[in-house]
Amino acid sequence: MQTSSENILSATRIEKGFPGTKALDKVDFHLRRGEVHALLGENGAGKSTLIKCLTGAYRRDGGSILLDGTEVDPRDTFDAQRLGIGTVYQEVNLLPNLTVAENLFLGRQPRRFGMVDIRAMNRRARELLAEYELDLDVTRDLASYSVAIQQVVAIARAVDLSGKVLILDEPTASLDAHEVAMLFRIVRRLKARGLGIIFITHFLEQVYEISDRITVLRNGQIVGTRDTAELDRRDLIAMMIGRELAAEIQSAHAEPVQGRPRYTFRNYGRRGRIKPFDLDVRAGEVVGMAGLLGSGRTETAEILFGAHRADSGTAEIDGRKVDLASPRAAIREKFGFCPEDRKTDGIVGDLSVRENIVLALQARRGWTRPISRAEQNRLADHYIRALDIRTADREKPIKLLSGGNQQKAILARWLATEPELLILDEPTRGIDVGAHAEIVRLIESLREKGMSLIVISSEIEELVAYSTRVIVLRDRAHVAELDGQRISAGQIVEAIAAANERGAA
Amino acid sequence: MKQKYLPLAATILIFVLSYALCVAQYPNMLSTRVIGNLLTDNAFLGIAAVGMTFVILSGGIDLSVGAVIAFTGVFLAVVLEHGGIHPLVAFALVLAITTAFGALMGAIIHYLEMPAFIVTLAGMFLARGMAFVLSIDSIPIKHPFYASLKGLYYKLPGGGRITLIGGLMLAVFALGILIAHRSRFGTNVYALGGGTATAKLMGVPVAATTVRIYALSGLLAGLSGIVFSLYTSAGYSLAAVGVELDAITAVVIGGTLLTGGSGFVAGTFVGILIQGLIQTYITFDGSLSSWWTKILIGLLLFAFILLQKGIIRVSRRERQRA
Repeated sequence: MQTSSENILSATRIEKGFPGTKALDKVDFHLRRGEVHALLGENGAGKSTLIKCLTGAYRRDGGSILLDGTEVDPRDTFDAQRLGIGTVYQEVNLLPNLTVAENLFLGRQPRRFGMVDIRAMNRRARELLAEYELDLDVTRDLASYSVAIQQVVAIARAVDLSGKVLILDEPTASLDAHEVAMLFRIVRRLKARGLGIIFITHFLEQVYEISDRITVLRNGQIVGTRDTAELDRRDLIAMMIGRELAAEIQSAHAEPVQGRPRYTFRNYGRRGRIKPFDLDVRAGEVVGMAGLLGSGRTETAEILFGAHRADSGTAEIDGRKVDLASPRAAIREKFGFCPEDRKTDGIVGDLSVRENIVLALQARRGWTRPISRAEQNRLADHYIRALDIRTADREKPIKLLSGGNQQKAILARWLATEPELLILDEPTRGIDVGAHAEIVRLIESLREKGMSLIVISSEIEELVAYSTRVIVLRDRAHVAELDGQRISAGQIVEAIAAANERGAA
Repeated sequence: MKQKYLPLAATILIFVLSYALCVAQYPNMLSTRVIGNLLTDNAFLGIAAVGMTFVILSGGIDLSVGAVIAFTGVFLAVVLEHGGIHPLVAFALVLAITTAFGALMGAIIHYLEMPAFIVTLAGMFLARGMAFVLSIDSIPIKHPFYASLKGLYYKLPGGGRITLIGGLMLAVFALGILIAHRSRFGTNVYALGGGTATAKLMGVPVAATTVRIYALSGLLAGLSGIVFSLYTSAGYSLAAVGVELDAITAVVIGGTLLTGGSGFVAGTFVGILIQGLIQTYITFDGSLSSWWTKILIGLLLFAFILLQKGIIRVSRRERQRA
């Protein structure tokens, strides 16, 4: 249903680069009046970078943005709002300690005789919210309302302030089905008023429910823009993860690894994070975890490593029951875990390469038994050479290294503890092609040495290349297992897409 | 009742209860004379505490208040002793100095992204040091204008007096309440306390607001210094040590969250009254050491911090259930 073919927002050839990577490469994006336009793509595809360029949070390197026919160049989010582009984030960006009315009118409160006219402000706040089918006590603190209500208040404020384009950045991530329905009613109403709405989400079911068109980004480039009604799920997923490139790639490991499982998890899970699953891992096996973002891959890794404690099931190592209650316990059982977001969970930026490498080993030994400086130097030099970490010397602060070399340093940190089960969450995210190949080679050689690995990746081709077995996840559950000949990009995409036919949210 | 009024209600309840207890033991305490003295004796502290309330509401702290009070007193004593200018001119001069001093601290806190604690600690040493530079002696102020100002009061039925400085404190509180709750600046102060990053995203002029908050605190510390010099008729660089801590205490007992964003100027007034009441009780008793004031205030402060923690925890649990 398109009321008008006129574009309210046209971004053409938008470019944005960060040191070492090109986040957006000549991206065209057109938003019509009165449409809900879903913007999709896996993590790192460039969605949030594009949004930040549109809202002025980033300054673009190139390209132009036409809003309502005039060229705009928002300096910051506040400027964008004034121009007519409002944004509502998953994390509600309002002040919980102010009243609902104050949040709606902050900075533009009606005044009488120089003083804020509280009665007029409250009345106007009630009138404004009535348009959104909300009848609230606007004099109460915002914090006393649910996240869904706060979300609607944020939308009301954004629309009232800007009124041309509304960007909803994962607004439904923390809402239940009932609240999502309420939110969608409001979105449809705003759409009827002629607003252009950009909707970002990981829930494909919601995309099909609410959006008119879909634009898919991948690796900083536009894969395509389609009418939602004419795009089936399988094709959409293929667009998101790039099936055309990879359908033919076959696993290098035609024969499943034999032998008794070393690690046995039965009915292992945690309510609200990952549904109970069974998992066996043998020595010399690389178990790949495939699935869309939010499907439960990282949650699986965290529960295996004890970052979140399992509330059901059992874990055994070589037939011996173990309690993985905390990362410390997991490290004691010779587990290693490289988390997805190196910047926040992995590296300690100001510490040197050497200190970052010995960190996990030192933690396992306990701080009462320090590793001697000579031993630290030996370890650091060994891994800098073994993994070919490019750094001027081992004392350089790790934040000065490139992404790929930081990733290798974190790998070195866990290898230094000589783990027997190593869990890698997106080990190749955000690093250049050369480093990418080296990490893949490293995974191979660790496997040949008899280590067990669990690797999470959004790069299907990559998973196919090194996995001896692939687990497919969907909706926070393990839904399929592929091994031997059945490991191929095509099969994995089929398994993920089959999932979504039942519904995602 | 809305949850945000809970600490304020608790403060008022404690004040009423303890006043009733005092009166039960010493019926004389229920007189306008005691009330008048309560206002006069705590006038300088109350005025400084209004400024402190704004600072704490915004999520900051101002440790320079006591030192600024001492500086103001010494400045006035020195200027008036060497004569020439009228006290009113001296008042205007010193208020301009302390306001600029506060504004400067606010600017440093915002633009250099320094913690308020450190910046105002430096301000405290600076102001105290400047007072010493002016004079290390206690200088009496004998100006006739001072005597006539001290003679001004409003007589209450029952023999009590609202002195000029007591009345001034009441006026400052009234104005403070108006600014906090009925001006855009006031809402911005609460917004900063709720989260600087979010406030900025929502268009609050963070820089201007921060500077104005500390300028206001400086202005009121200066005014408090004037009141203190009227009260003591002297200027001494070692005076008013730790007054900033008493002001913070009054703010917290008054129900303002030390982390900012929630509280009332009116609560601070009750906080001042509670502190004054304890002091008055100890004076009435006569046998208790004045250190009991500090001990009781300490316990009370601790109880209030626990109360605030409890309220935050309860409201968080309710929100999860909602």
